Amino acid sequence: MADLVDINKLIEETGAFDCVECGKCTSVCPAASFNPEFAPRLIVVKALEGIKNDPVTQKNMWICLTCEMCNSMCPYKVNYSGFIQGLRANSFQEGNLPICSQGGLIHTMQRLMANESLRQNRLGWLTDDLKVTKDKGEVLLFTGCAYQLGTIYADRINYLKEVPRSAVKILNAAGVTPVVMPDEVCCGHDLLWLGDEESFFKLMDRNIELIKATGAKKVVFTCPECYRTFDIDYQDFSGDLPFEMMHISEFVADAVTEGRLRLGKLERKFTYHDSCRLGRHMKVYDPPREVLAAIQGAQLIEMPRSREKASCCGVNAWANCDETGKKMQIDRLMEAKKTGADAMLTFCPKCEVHFSCATHNKVPVEKSLVDIPVEDFTITIAKALEGK
Amino acid sequence: MSTEAKAGQIAKSGEDWEPNIVAFCCNWCSYAGADLAGVSRFQYPPNVKIIRVMCSGRVEPQFVLRALELGADGVLVCGCHIGDCHYIAGNEKAEKRMKMTAELLDILGIGHERMRLEWISASEGQKFAETMREFTEKIRSLGPNPLGKGGGRSG
Repeated sequence: MADLVDINKLIEETGAFDCVECGKCTSVCPAASFNPEFAPRLIVVKALEGIKNDPVTQKNMWICLTCEMCNSMCPYKVNYSGFIQGLRANSFQEGNLPICSQGGLIHTMQRLMANESLRQNRLGWLTDDLKVTKDKGEVLLFTGCAYQLGTIYADRINYLKEVPRSAVKILNAAGVTPVVMPDEVCCGHDLLWLGDEESFFKLMDRNIELIKATGAKKVVFTCPECYRTFDIDYQDFSGDLPFEMMHISEFVADAVTEGRLRLGKLERKFTYHDSCRLGRHMKVYDPPREVLAAIQGAQLIEMPRSREKASCCGVNAWANCDETGKKMQIDRLMEAKKTGADAMLTFCPKCEVHFSCATHNKVPVEKSLVDIPVEDFTITIAKALEGK
Repeated sequence: MSTEAKAGQIAKSGEDWEPNIVAFCCNWCSYAGADLAGVSRFQYPPNVKIIRVMCSGRVEPQFVLRALELGADGVLVCGCHIGDCHYIAGNEKAEKRMKMTAELLDILGIGHERMRLEWISASEGQKFAETMREFTEKIRSLGPNPLGKGGGRSG
């Protein structure tokens, strides 16, 4: 087992030492606005004072959504999310774990994938009309876990199973035959943010090795979390990767500009939820909007809190599904409904799962205030391809 | 060599390997069924480790995956017959959950055959023993857990 994360080193690496205790982080924090006991500032301040195993910190580090709202507002550029990541890794090694949603089912699933003797059967969505290769190629599609999540949450968000199929349709329409890997494993995002670095490294090494073997020059992601994990975390831990990474929205936006792809008609009003991983973490704000503009008849109505100020879906890494999260989801859905749009689009399958959870049973407000369908952007683009 | 490591070697070599099965039995029907099998002296293989739960609806998909992760070769979930649930509809929930779990096991490549859902009432001691025998043989024919001893990971 790796050594415990040194808090002092962590403070230095994440710039926490520069904290001037201004409290801007707490004032913008979406979790703090619903949970008065939580404050990102306190976590850092306590650590600076050398208090390590403080019960408040133990609790608060799992409430944090790592949505990086604080990072984007901090005048001294303290890396709060990096700090939380380090604290969690420390906590995991000491055996302090939160009560995970689904009893930790999704984490177990990901840990199982880290097992080398497992032969997955993950391409069940693949149909004959889709053009893909399974060994070598220029462009690789990293499918992520949308298909698995669609299976787990089949009773309320079955359509997630369509995400990889839609992504292949889009790539095919742009004249690309992507590689899909039958042995692809989870990117490890949730395990990393749960502090299970040991399993995360296994998944990381496996994925990098598999992608290198395909000789791909470009890897396309549909899931913002996979994209972030590859682009930021993988490159942090194992150095520069020998391939270019891009999100499907960037791919489509480029293809439309270059004339390789034409989107059809879809006469609907949409609003767009910037998921934290794609927005604040990866700074991909414009490509999804360009894609919507390219769909004839589609109208984008922005929510008051959009782009870097977008609210969060309330759960991170399946570690903190609680009352605060529920309130945030309802709040965000009410905001989306108020725009008058027909549907709220987002790329992140996890955001979709969490939002669907909020409206699945009883809601604390009038049902008509939150009854806006949450749709997957990738699937919507694939639908627009067929629109005449 | 530690006992665990020895057990691991045996599991790998395939010789003298015995299936390791976890059975979740509901308190009101299946667990009582196991009791009846016991007092009636029906023989069944000792490979099955019973865990009592208050209702089959308590068995989360995570329980099944976790058992497999920690080295079980098969998982049985037993509850009351539909309509007989002590909590009215717990077993219906279990049925829905286990259907999803079976799909997930297929996607993960472990295979849905390693999990079985069975309704056994308190009066069906014979059926309990029969199910345990059948399932043990089934797992024996499937071979050891593809994840290896301890799911390839400790903890």
